[in-house]
Amino acid sequence: MDINNKKATRQSYGEALVELGKKNNDIVVLDADLANATKTNLFQKEFPERFFDMGISEQDMLATAAGLATCGKIPFASTFAVFATGRAYDQIRNSICYPNLNVKICATHSGITVGEDGATHQMLEDINLMRGLPNMTVISPADDFEAKWAVKKATEINGPVYIRFGRASTPIIYNENTEFELGKAIQFGEGRKATVFATGIMVAEALKAKEELEKENIYIRVIDIHTIKPIDKEMIIKCAKETEKLISIEEHSIIGGLGTAIAEVLVENYPANLTRMGIKDCFGKSGSASELLKYFGLTSKEIIEEVNRRK
Amino acid sequence: MLNQIELDNLQKISKTIRKNIVEMIYHAASGHPGGSLSIVDILTVLYFKELRIDVNNYKDENRDRLVLSKGHCSPALYAVLAEKGFIPKEDLKTFRKIDSYLQGHPDMRKIPGVDMTSGSLGQGLSVSNGMALAAKLDKKDYRIYCIMGDGEIEEGQVWEAAMSSSHYKLDNVCVIVDNNNLQIDGKIEEVMNPYPIDKKFESFGFKTIVINGHDFNEILDALEIAKQTKGRPTAIIAKTIKGKGISYMENQVGWHGKAPNEDEYNLAISELVD
Repeated sequence: MDINNKKATRQSYGEALVELGKKNNDIVVLDADLANATKTNLFQKEFPERFFDMGISEQDMLATAAGLATCGKIPFASTFAVFATGRAYDQIRNSICYPNLNVKICATHSGITVGEDGATHQMLEDINLMRGLPNMTVISPADDFEAKWAVKKATEINGPVYIRFGRASTPIIYNENTEFELGKAIQFGEGRKATVFATGIMVAEALKAKEELEKENIYIRVIDIHTIKPIDKEMIIKCAKETEKLISIEEHSIIGGLGTAIAEVLVENYPANLTRMGIKDCFGKSGSASELLKYFGLTSKEIIEEVNRRK
Repeated sequence: MLNQIELDNLQKISKTIRKNIVEMIYHAASGHPGGSLSIVDILTVLYFKELRIDVNNYKDENRDRLVLSKGHCSPALYAVLAEKGFIPKEDLKTFRKIDSYLQGHPDMRKIPGVDMTSGSLGQGLSVSNGMALAAKLDKKDYRIYCIMGDGEIEEGQVWEAAMSSSHYKLDNVCVIVDNNNLQIDGKIEEVMNPYPIDKKFESFGFKTIVINGHDFNEILDALEIAKQTKGRPTAIIAKTIKGKGISYMENQVGWHGKAPNEDEYNLAISELVD
């Protein structure tokens, strides 16, 4: 991982959409007046006839996507995560997930790294909301390559998919040869001191922590859980058996997100302690992305401290 | 204009549908008779005179679609689907029962002929718009009919959707508002006044037509005008009577979501025999 080689996953999303749009005429894209920010404007430029700006009306956008899906289209609906999953939750539940319609909800600006806009725009509960819905697949990519894979994969799944993208640039971890598989987490290292389960932009932070720790001859492993639902149970149980300590980290509330999903697997299969790092049941605030990550304790520094903390 | 034979035939069908609605709700001991009975005549004209649908090919991509946005009036839809042959009539008695596919609210995955799952109010017009956009993209000429309640249009999403129908010039969308003037808590203008309904849709760019929603000719004429209207969607405001056809249910708010007891059931059926 070259930490200076960065790209925001929303940019990856926009680029992937254009590529898919060239191959598949059934792909249509909807946005709610944020096409420049979500990067669906890239698709809009290429395929204006298949792009629908629904204006500032997320509920209408998601239910319109449902209608398009009933007629064989593959709609990608995008806006900020807070509006996509919060404002239009009922539409997603009743008009998309219950009838199991082929709608892809691709939300950008998730988590605190939205930055200066502050708490109203920093979605910290979306994984919780989306993974609770029957029929929904939830993917939270860590970098450019994983994000592009997720978008492509979503078109191969016949049913609703939620993909969580970020605003800020994030280090590129993978390469064009990396093979991703839905529901299969990616393991970095064999260390037994601790497992750090991470998702989204926290994967890069966890990898930084792993490198730093190795300098002190402390060996951990990092698990990129890109698919939150269905989650990779085997990987979680394996790591619980093989490592001394389990830590989860996410740019999301510790309630209902990655940490909770892991805890659910552990309590039913291999009871073990788990430290959940994330936003601790509070709202975000204004600041730069990097300042906020420090403020909320979501950097490699805090991961290292947690690994070294005695039980 | 429908001739007398056609009118008599539609009258007969709508009476049978009303009878089946009452029976379904009686057997289920729950359900929504009032708003189901108010849309019977509209559905009768749609399904027996207007919709381009084929029972033997009910998933045909070129079929007209009907979105029952006021999904709680599923008894009316199911009774019509049974009358058209989409579902066996004997299944109507299983409505709302544990092993039945006839769910309390329409489920497109379980019921042949149901084009969209509904139940949470205010979403049907958005869904209809999506279907209409797909038709335009695919250069298909099917039409989409969206039936909404007059209380339902208090939902904000309805107006987001109305803006979209008009913005995208969806002349293949036809909204029908079942204006029976009652919602659960009382008269609509007393609970949350949505009037003037026609003016509202008009100001959103719709062609609007106000009709008597129990007059077959008026319903058919309005649907024809909607079809001829190009470049913008149509909203038909159908003035109806909640509980229409059952004397003691008519215009009674208490019959929104209540099943008749045995005596009430017998009385209702006696009013519906030829």
